[in-house]
Amino acid sequence: MTIITRRKLITTAALGAGGILSGCDRLSRSPDFQNILASAETANFTVHRALGDRMQMASEYSHADLSPTFRANGTRDPGTPDYAASAAQAFANWQLRFTGLFTKPQIFGLSALQSMPQRTQITRHDCVEGWSAIGQWTGVPLKILLDLAQLKDSANFLVFHCADRLGGRPYYESIDLLDAFHPQTIMAHRLNDEPLPIENGAPLRLRVERQLGYKHAKYVNEIEAVASLDSIGEGKGGYWQDVANYEWYAGI
Amino acid sequence: MVQNMTAIHSTKERRHRLSTRIWHWVNALCLLILLMSGLTIFNAHPRLYWGEYGANDDYAWMAVGSNETYGYLRFGETRIETTGVLGNWEDSSGKTQTWAFPDWATIPSYYSLADGRRWHFFFAWIFALGLTFFMIRSLWNRHIQSDLHIPRQEWRPSVIWRSFRSHLQWSKIRGSAGQDYNLIQRLSYVGVIFILLPLMIFTGLAMSPAMDANWPILTDMFGGRQSARSIHFIASFALVLFFLVHLLMVILSGPIRQLSGMIFGGTRTGDVE
Repeated sequence: MTIITRRKLITTAALGAGGILSGCDRLSRSPDFQNILASAETANFTVHRALGDRMQMASEYSHADLSPTFRANGTRDPGTPDYAASAAQAFANWQLRFTGLFTKPQIFGLSALQSMPQRTQITRHDCVEGWSAIGQWTGVPLKILLDLAQLKDSANFLVFHCADRLGGRPYYESIDLLDAFHPQTIMAHRLNDEPLPIENGAPLRLRVERQLGYKHAKYVNEIEAVASLDSIGEGKGGYWQDVANYEWYAGI
Repeated sequence: MVQNMTAIHSTKERRHRLSTRIWHWVNALCLLILLMSGLTIFNAHPRLYWGEYGANDDYAWMAVGSNETYGYLRFGETRIETTGVLGNWEDSSGKTQTWAFPDWATIPSYYSLADGRRWHFFFAWIFALGLTFFMIRSLWNRHIQSDLHIPRQEWRPSVIWRSFRSHLQWSKIRGSAGQDYNLIQRLSYVGVIFILLPLMIFTGLAMSPAMDANWPILTDMFGGRQSARSIHFIASFALVLFFLVHLLMVILSGPIRQLSGMIFGGTRTGDVE
């Protein structure tokens, strides 16, 4: 029987802790292990969709619950000449194009979108970083626009192309059709009864209330219907999914 | 005679059941990874709030702050300088980093919110399923009723106080490995298994926007998403505190016997009280 001295025990424990750490880093950098960890995303997605009504509404709040300031994150100004020119005329020339798998591809101007039936909702915006802000959003339910453009049967996802670039890449996001037709999924052009500020995505941003902030694409100018996300960007369905290991399903 | 002895010995009850031992180690691994990957996630926004919302312009009851020269921990209006540990520390290459928790406390050791989240949610599943199975199994095999049950007559401040005081007498702890659980031990284990660990799961779920839509009561019962995040953080440090006391008690009461008991099962010494 070996006698383990206290010092030996402590040294072993310290070495063990160091080993665990460097081991975790090595595992984090292994694509195979990343795939194992990422399998939890499938579980989260499946269970979230299985619980309750798939059209379950996100919580809505009253004016008294609004955040005093609504924090902006990511791109705060796309900063391109085109965008600046459009901003100078209050985005009067802004166009939202519907492309890809639609039977009646459409182009909507901002004023056309503003004259359609609107939905106003006070919801909580949850950032992947951990903070939350409550704001009042007004916009056109995406369902109304999809009914006009008419999805083809082969369409499975909507890709939101944005006017901003992060780190030299165009920002984009994607959602499935269940979220696309959800009553709270709107193309918002107003925040807290004011035209949407530039830092929050003027003139149009997606609100997809049951998911984290990075899904809520800002500066949207094109909605593309696709059968698969494989050929968009690097194929993972969004900017943050492509550049880091953020999950496509951001319900948690 | 010899045959008799072995017969008695083999029927002697193990101190720790197989289900308890497996769960103990799976749970220990999960909690370590969940804590360290949780600190990575915390580093993305090292501020805690009460209520439904909370971001940089809102008042944080607790925050880790940093600038180029020093790091600090702020509770309410009280600032504690934490340079070297929190908010301003040197990584293994000697470079100054200003993330809240240092590299030795996080998984991965470099800052990656996305990777931290992957570790966290994968092991959260194992942890939650493991806890559920352990609870069901322990009710089924009467581990909880026979080893952790606290009879009504012991729910008295004087009894709890007496048990607590005897815990402070190290002479009583030394060599106590293998004995039945005393009152303070049973209170701690019941508190951790039935209150703290489920609280971690429920406050974790309450932060998910999709779960909030599915079961809004989850977020509401903690007073909002940011409150749930604060409670998640506080409960995790309560678990760290439990772990430290747990470790101290193992070391004081006979670490070799305790460890081999939790690995191989061990035998009962019988009730000494």
